[in-house]
Amino acid sequence: MKIIGLIIAVLTGALLIYGTVDFPEWADPASPASTHLSPHFIEKTMEETSVPNIVTAVLADYRGYDTMFETTVIFAAGVVCFFLLRILKKEGPRQRLYRHALTGMTIRIRDGEKRPSVLDEFERIDTMWTPYDVIIKTVCRLLIPFIQLFALYVIAHGHHSPGGGFQGGVILGASIILLAISQDLRTAIKRMSEKVDAILSPAGVFIYAGTGALCLLLGGNFLDYSALASILHVDPVTARSHGILIVEIGVGVAVMATLIWIYNNVSSAGKYDEGL
Amino acid sequence: MIWQLDLAILTLVVIAGIGAITVKDLLGAAILFGAYSFMMCLLWSIMGAVDVSFTEASVGAGASTVFFVAAVFRTTRRTKD
Repeated sequence: MKIIGLIIAVLTGALLIYGTVDFPEWADPASPASTHLSPHFIEKTMEETSVPNIVTAVLADYRGYDTMFETTVIFAAGVVCFFLLRILKKEGPRQRLYRHALTGMTIRIRDGEKRPSVLDEFERIDTMWTPYDVIIKTVCRLLIPFIQLFALYVIAHGHHSPGGGFQGGVILGASIILLAISQDLRTAIKRMSEKVDAILSPAGVFIYAGTGALCLLLGGNFLDYSALASILHVDPVTARSHGILIVEIGVGVAVMATLIWIYNNVSSAGKYDEGL
Repeated sequence: MIWQLDLAILTLVVIAGIGAITVKDLLGAAILFGAYSFMMCLLWSIMGAVDVSFTEASVGAGASTVFFVAAVFRTTRRTKD
């Protein structure tokens, strides 16, 4: 099996390297990309879209289709993880551990046993429990708001600096995952429940595709944001800049929700009960 | 582009990449893959592709490492082969 894998990998690699022979020379000024595309983007992006960061303009405007289906792929990955891993049967772990917050005493309750009435003073801990660490908990609690603020900055400032929907969405999702790692999975699910993930993940894709369809309804091409000028009450060039911001928000929402969704499914093995 | 820096990072990329596929411990492989992603992120930013490097840092070194660690936590740390 290993040898077959090696042969396949070497063959694919050889084919790919053979394919690069047909590429234009390294930094060839006469190549099609350097004669038509790059000069147009470099010279015209500012006057056509009023977005200083050319990469953002190319990703969300000129190559809007590409990014839309990338977002769809991410959404599909989340749905696939859900269908593969989620166990919907209501069946808890065979035993649960409860720990007294002040004394550190831990009690174990097997499935089917009667729950003692004093359980309110105890907090539930995972059976594969990593010891409670006050430093990690406190530092993460202090850091998470700043991480989320930075993520919002990355999304909103994608026009002017590196960043945008994908990166901001990943950082937003990572902040909730950090909460799940530093506290426990149940705390994170209390903040972002499965239902919220499952609604936000397609909602992001819908914002993106819906913006495109709205442009179509207003008489432009699909994802031609200058058609939005009439409802945003700005000139067509600024409308393209605002349209990019709208789809970036859609991408950010979809990526954030999908990331948390995948993490919840993988780390709890589909049970949403105990996790990493 | 400083070629000494470039060469050092490229060497580390190769070492981390080979290490990630040869090491027996899957948790170690996940960590090595994170290191590989981080080195690639440095390479992208040396080449001036700051947006790509940002994505590599957040997705490659951040999110995917967490996913790998979560998967290892739920399955096994040892590989069969």
